[in-house]
Amino acid sequence: MDAFLGYYNYWIVIALMMTGLYTVAASGNLVKKIIGLNIFQTSVFLFFISVGKVSGGTAPILAEGWTRYSNPLPHVLILTAIVVGVATTAVGLALIVRVNRAYATIEDDEIRRSDLPDSS
Amino acid sequence: MEYVINTVLLALLAVTAGAIVHLRNLFAAVMLVGIYSLLTAALFVILDAVDVAFTEAAVGAGISTILMLAALALTGREQTAATGPSAVGLAVVLATGAALVWGTLDMPHFGDPNAPAHVHVAPRYLEGTLTEIGIPNAVTSVLASYRGYDTLGEVFVIFTAGIGALALLGGRRES
Repeated sequence: MDAFLGYYNYWIVIALMMTGLYTVAASGNLVKKIIGLNIFQTSVFLFFISVGKVSGGTAPILAEGWTRYSNPLPHVLILTAIVVGVATTAVGLALIVRVNRAYATIEDDEIRRSDLPDSS
Repeated sequence: MEYVINTVLLALLAVTAGAIVHLRNLFAAVMLVGIYSLLTAALFVILDAVDVAFTEAAVGAGISTILMLAALALTGREQTAATGPSAVGLAVVLATGAALVWGTLDMPHFGDPNAPAHVHVAPRYLEGTLTEIGIPNAVTSVLASYRGYDTLGEVFVIFTAGIGALALLGGRRES
């Protein structure tokens, strides 16, 4: 049981990552692909924060009566990553809006179909 | 017993992610993404990352959701085809997942205080934050001082992304 709980966080994170990756690969809708990327990204955040947790520790804000703190470094890295993640999501969504203007659809297969007469 | 909430929240996250993949109504999917982000923020509080938690709640659950709703308003709410079973996708995902699970077996257990990640540079920041920077919050002092260049780089990324999004959307509408 202890060994299972010791890995539980990592395994759920991997399951979330697989869900996100599968959405990106299998979904034909472009917004759905961005949602998949978001799930993937959040799973990486959770992984870093899980690694930074110390049993019996508290948030890394120095206070009297506490000697054990969780690792502040992953927190800083993930703070940066969250903001950068939203920036990339914004660019991705802007691209989708542009695609929708040009093709009047955001479905992968329909876009490919409307490209076919030009390429052949 | 210490991690009951952690265990439950992670299970809820997995369920929510599964529901998002299966939903064909994109509006509902985006709403679930908001819930997913909020659950993640709650989980960050349990895992002692309070600064990350409120950033995730504000930026992940707030701004992200609004951006996606705006994109849906400009495109469409329904996904015409269901997320079909993709054999290649499933094979790649399962192979990646199996490799990662195999990789975790070498990792120190969750919460282990003697893990290599906790004994090298982190104690240095925790010891120095009050005497060198004068801020009790170690996360703030690492973010703004010890690794200030990272944060500067982050600002450049956001600036570039902002210019990129504006350039994509701001052009004259072709009729």
